[in-house]
Amino acid sequence: METASKPGRDVQPKKARLQTKKKKPRRYWEKEATLTAAGASPGPPRNKKRNRELRPQRPKNINLPKKSRIPGKPQFPKKPREQRNLEPQRNLSGAQDPFPGPAPIPEEVARKFRRIDKSKKLPHSKSKTRSRLEVAEAEEEEISIKAARSELLLAEEPGFLEGEDGEDTAKICQAEIVEAVDIASAAKHFDLNLRQFGPYRLNYSPVGRHLAFGGHRGHVATLDWVTKRLMCEINVMEAVRDIRFLHSEALFAVAQNRWLHIYDNQGIELHCIRRCDRVTRLEFLPFHFLLATASETGFLTYLDVSVGKIVAALNARAGRLDVMTKNPYNAVIHLGHSNGTVSLWSPAMKEPLAKILCHRGGVRAVAVDSTGTYMATSGLDHQLKIFDLRGMFQPLSARTLPQGAGHLAFSQRGLLAAGMSDVVNIWMGQGMASPPSLEQPYLTHRLSGHVHGLHFCPFEDVLGLGHSGGITSMLVPGAAEPNFDGLENNPYRSQKQRQEWEVKALLEKVPAELICLDPRALAEVDVISLEQEKKERIERLGYDPEAKAPFQPKPKQKGRSSTASLVKRRRKVMDKEHRDKVRQSLEQQPQKQEKKAKPLKARPSALDRFVR
Amino acid sequence: MSTVRAAESLLALSRQEELEDLPKDYPLSPSEDEGDIDGERKHQKLLEAISSLDGKNRWKLAERSEASLKVSEFNVTSEGSGEKLVLSDLLGPVKTSSSLAAVKKQLNRVRSKKTLELPLNNEEVERARTPLEHEVFNILHKNKQPVTDPLLTPVEKASLKAMSLEEAKMRRAELQRARALQSYYEARARREKKIKSKKYHKVLKKEKAKKALKDFEKLQKVNPTAALEELEKIEKARMMERMSLKHQNSGKWAKAKAIMAKYDLEARQAMQEQLARNKELTQKLQAASDSEEEKGSVEEEGELLVPDTVNEIQRDADGPNPWMLRNPFSGPKEAKVQDAEQLLEPVAHEASESKEEERPGAKEDILLNTFEERRALRKKSGLSQDAEPLRKQESEDSSSQEVLSELRALSQKLNKANQQSGKQNMTSLRTVLPVQREEPTEAEEEPLLMQRPERAHTMEELEELGKEGCFQNKEVPRPVVEGQQLERNPHNLPGAPKEKKRKEQMIDLQNLLTTKSPSVKSLAVPTTVEELEDEEERHQKQMIKEAFAGDDVIRDFLKEKREAVEASKPKDVDLTLPGWGEWGGVGLKPSAKKRRRFLIKAPEGPPRKDKNLPNVIINEKRNVHAAAHQVRVLPYPFTHHQQFERTIQTPIGSTWNTQRAFQKLTTPRVVTKPGHIIKPIKAEDVGYRSSSRSDLSVVQRNPKQLSTRHKKQLKKNSVN
Repeated sequence: METASKPGRDVQPKKARLQTKKKKPRRYWEKEATLTAAGASPGPPRNKKRNRELRPQRPKNINLPKKSRIPGKPQFPKKPREQRNLEPQRNLSGAQDPFPGPAPIPEEVARKFRRIDKSKKLPHSKSKTRSRLEVAEAEEEEISIKAARSELLLAEEPGFLEGEDGEDTAKICQAEIVEAVDIASAAKHFDLNLRQFGPYRLNYSPVGRHLAFGGHRGHVATLDWVTKRLMCEINVMEAVRDIRFLHSEALFAVAQNRWLHIYDNQGIELHCIRRCDRVTRLEFLPFHFLLATASETGFLTYLDVSVGKIVAALNARAGRLDVMTKNPYNAVIHLGHSNGTVSLWSPAMKEPLAKILCHRGGVRAVAVDSTGTYMATSGLDHQLKIFDLRGMFQPLSARTLPQGAGHLAFSQRGLLAAGMSDVVNIWMGQGMASPPSLEQPYLTHRLSGHVHGLHFCPFEDVLGLGHSGGITSMLVPGAAEPNFDGLENNPYRSQKQRQEWEVKALLEKVPAELICLDPRALAEVDVISLEQEKKERIERLGYDPEAKAPFQPKPKQKGRSSTASLVKRRRKVMDKEHRDKVRQSLEQQPQKQEKKAKPLKARPSALDRFVR
Repeated sequence: MSTVRAAESLLALSRQEELEDLPKDYPLSPSEDEGDIDGERKHQKLLEAISSLDGKNRWKLAERSEASLKVSEFNVTSEGSGEKLVLSDLLGPVKTSSSLAAVKKQLNRVRSKKTLELPLNNEEVERARTPLEHEVFNILHKNKQPVTDPLLTPVEKASLKAMSLEEAKMRRAELQRARALQSYYEARARREKKIKSKKYHKVLKKEKAKKALKDFEKLQKVNPTAALEELEKIEKARMMERMSLKHQNSGKWAKAKAIMAKYDLEARQAMQEQLARNKELTQKLQAASDSEEEKGSVEEEGELLVPDTVNEIQRDADGPNPWMLRNPFSGPKEAKVQDAEQLLEPVAHEASESKEEERPGAKEDILLNTFEERRALRKKSGLSQDAEPLRKQESEDSSSQEVLSELRALSQKLNKANQQSGKQNMTSLRTVLPVQREEPTEAEEEPLLMQRPERAHTMEELEELGKEGCFQNKEVPRPVVEGQQLERNPHNLPGAPKEKKRKEQMIDLQNLLTTKSPSVKSLAVPTTVEELEDEEERHQKQMIKEAFAGDDVIRDFLKEKREAVEASKPKDVDLTLPGWGEWGGVGLKPSAKKRRRFLIKAPEGPPRKDKNLPNVIINEKRNVHAAAHQVRVLPYPFTHHQQFERTIQTPIGSTWNTQRAFQKLTTPRVVTKPGHIIKPIKAEDVGYRSSSRSDLSVVQRNPKQLSTRHKKQLKKNSVN
């Protein structure tokens, strides 16, 4: 399994390299067409990580859960058709290529990689600027087409359970699914009976191979859950509130009764962080190397695990914090409070970025989906709501549950799991970009104890459940992203690869202060300071260097350049400008008047006061 | 034209003559040539020296009429230019000639490339890019034309090889002869041109004309077809003459003469002559037969006889030009047309009337008709558009009636809680509410009601919010409901224009939280619940909970929001100094007038993002730490920040791009090959190809220098 080759760029055949060596050296950025024309199949470019989630799903009409990945089988991407010049060339055999030229790319596929919003109108630009803009647009288009081409390499498709003529999928129990799937997948469903050490919290490592769980009575263990190899098992002799893997499976943090502790994969305690005390929930932001902790004392603390410094300690001023989740899209932390609000936090700001009133009672659980579009909340009022996080923060749908959900979790592909005492419900949405519809559950499962922790395993169709009776690994077809990025999160990576990745990830660490609600805003010009600087410059120089120069009449010959005529000419231009201005304002006025006129009609009459 | 023609024929003749007599005068065999030419040159020099003795500095244009065998760089003279020859003159074109402008352009193109690959690759430059270039290259290849080296085609090369020495010599002699001939002819023409005698020229012209005529007649006899061609040419010349303004007393000379004509008989004559000449030139040759002409004239007469009106009607029948045909009888009809309702009638009327006259008018009517109809249609559609939302709102009204009552109760409760200004609000609320109830049709104007400018915070915002909510739950559907609708028909895309319309309006907070959401009927109900309570009891409990919980939550939240809004508002600056210009002391306040005068009102900031979102508080503070990472200076060619933002929209990191795209995006500006010498750029490297006769091309491309030199020469010539 570990040796399975990945659809990464390192699959390029060596022969091709040799062939190209003999030829005239070409630069690697030259057009693909020229390189492929040399007879070599191009090394498949690396998968797009960010945009992978947007992939249109093609659910298969099967009754069985299709495994999201077939491990063990080396999968080579299909060899792309040779790209040629536009005119059909004849082979030696005389055969003609029936499809000359590069394969066409459907517009929709390329569109989803587009970054420039062309619908926005730009102010008029000079020719030089325009050429720059054109270059940028052409570049963007080319890149998006390249990305769309590499879409072909995402060979795996997600599968779903689909009921036979109206059969409710929620009625299908785990045993039936396990019976139907192959042995390797069936082995992913298991139960750990650990009744002794109380309700468990659990967490999967970012690559999805490793599972860490901590019982409330101090039992902490990590294991490679696929092979069921135990990595470490200890008892910390203290209540365990939460457990979380850091950037790799080699380190994990445990929120214990008093302080926060960090252990390595052998169970050796590396750090005890006393500044984070009475921590109730942990969250790790992998791109920023930040461990966010929410404490009973009401503090949200950000700990930079790469340097071991506390970046920010924010007082939420809302009492005990025990509901926390991260937004994987923009690394904003969502905290649920007892007054029914959810607050959004960034380490750069002392106040919450936003506060949303979600429930009439306290908030019990919050979850955000992987695209950062939807937030699910459940409160003491037994309601489960789904909010749209794109600017408006409005609820899209709501449902009253028989008993409020205590735990919520989103899977990579947008399935929503809710744990209600000893029952777990899973809802599915239509399509990738839609929120989960709460009308009918996709799956339900009853556990032997009360749910205490939920976590979807990344890249595996598995939902991990921690409850008072131990750990349950549940099969949820279609939960996870079937295609993984071999350079980012590779489940099959070796130790060496992991070390390399660690170095690279550290080099690409995102500063903590860049966390904000809209990460795209960082690519915008800081208009306020731009204008401030402009103003200062004008003050310094004493004039506006960019201002339009006042009209200066040209000197004319033969006595026509008298002072009077100069003044006349100047006045003419001035008058013209003035007229233009007036005309413009007149054009705008009717619109305003229309706006104004209507309220006048609706003015309440004096007799209104007698109306009871 | 005849003169032109004559001149041409004359020229040809003289050429022939010269060709004939050349071999006698100048034997061209190279062996005999040399001594003679040498002697000749010396003789020439002598003559020149003598001629220059007479004081006037007479320069003659030094010309090489014969191809010399050797061109030595030591033989360069400045003869004829009247200037000293300086070294810089010779080096000039190489150094600073503007012929390099083309190269410069190419260089700029190279420079503007995104990545510059050094050393420059010639092949890359020459590679055909556009389809047209491909085509041209293909043709060139097919015909085996030289592509890179413009010297000789393979055929030419082969023929060169095939040529023997003798042949080559003969060919050279031929070429030499031709060149010599040309120079002789040129010299003669120059000489003749210099003759100043008017009489001579007159005679010459007449002679030429006569000759041309004679020739023509001869030609007519010998070769009629050729003569016809000649005629055609003459005809063409006539046409040209007619087109031009030549000989029409409009030239400079003619104008001058016209002034003189009053007094000078000669001038008058000259003018008349010119006019006559014009007539003559523009006159049509009477080649056609007389009968035909007569016919034409008859026709013309016939046409003239017919009255104008008939003509007009004919035109009408052909195809009406509605603008031309605004005839008197269409007047009343137009008046009719303006009545939109009677539109159909006139059309029927007109059909009965005589066709010929009425048609154009009818057409006009129809045109107008259609316009009117369209306008009416548009109006209707506008009405219907207005009506549609009305209907919608009505339906929404009915659906949300139940919710409304509940909400009213809630809002009343809220109002009671705040008794400071409660009563006013209540009344206003009530006054509005029943009106709305009674007349759902007036719902159209509701949004306008709400858009009424805010009453400067006389009421508490909380109540305002509550009231507005009451207003709105009529037309704003509960977002939750909307969400459900969306779910039901998943084909509807979220973010449809519907939502846009409502963006402006507040969404009711009460509504948002108090709506009953349908409960989920789960297959597996949590065991504990089942054991503890039966359904009814649970339901009741939940109801009670929902009824009582949350009111304080909402109020707290609204209070918090109000505080946040207040805090984010820019503060007014009060500059009043108590006691300044007034009585001061404890308990004395500066007068209201003064306070008003010294209060600087802060400009109102942009509207808050959460203005219309009652359940959200969005922090408006700037993230200073993030702003430090943002761009704060616009780079050069950009004038607006939006332009620049567009160019940095695409991420270039490998996380977001394919490997190849990433590499392309991050190529360095200049790429060099290790171990290769980078030579200075030559013109050829950048695609500028100078031909083998590069000096010639330089001269041709250098009109400025040429012109200055030429001017001087021309001056000299004119002086001479």
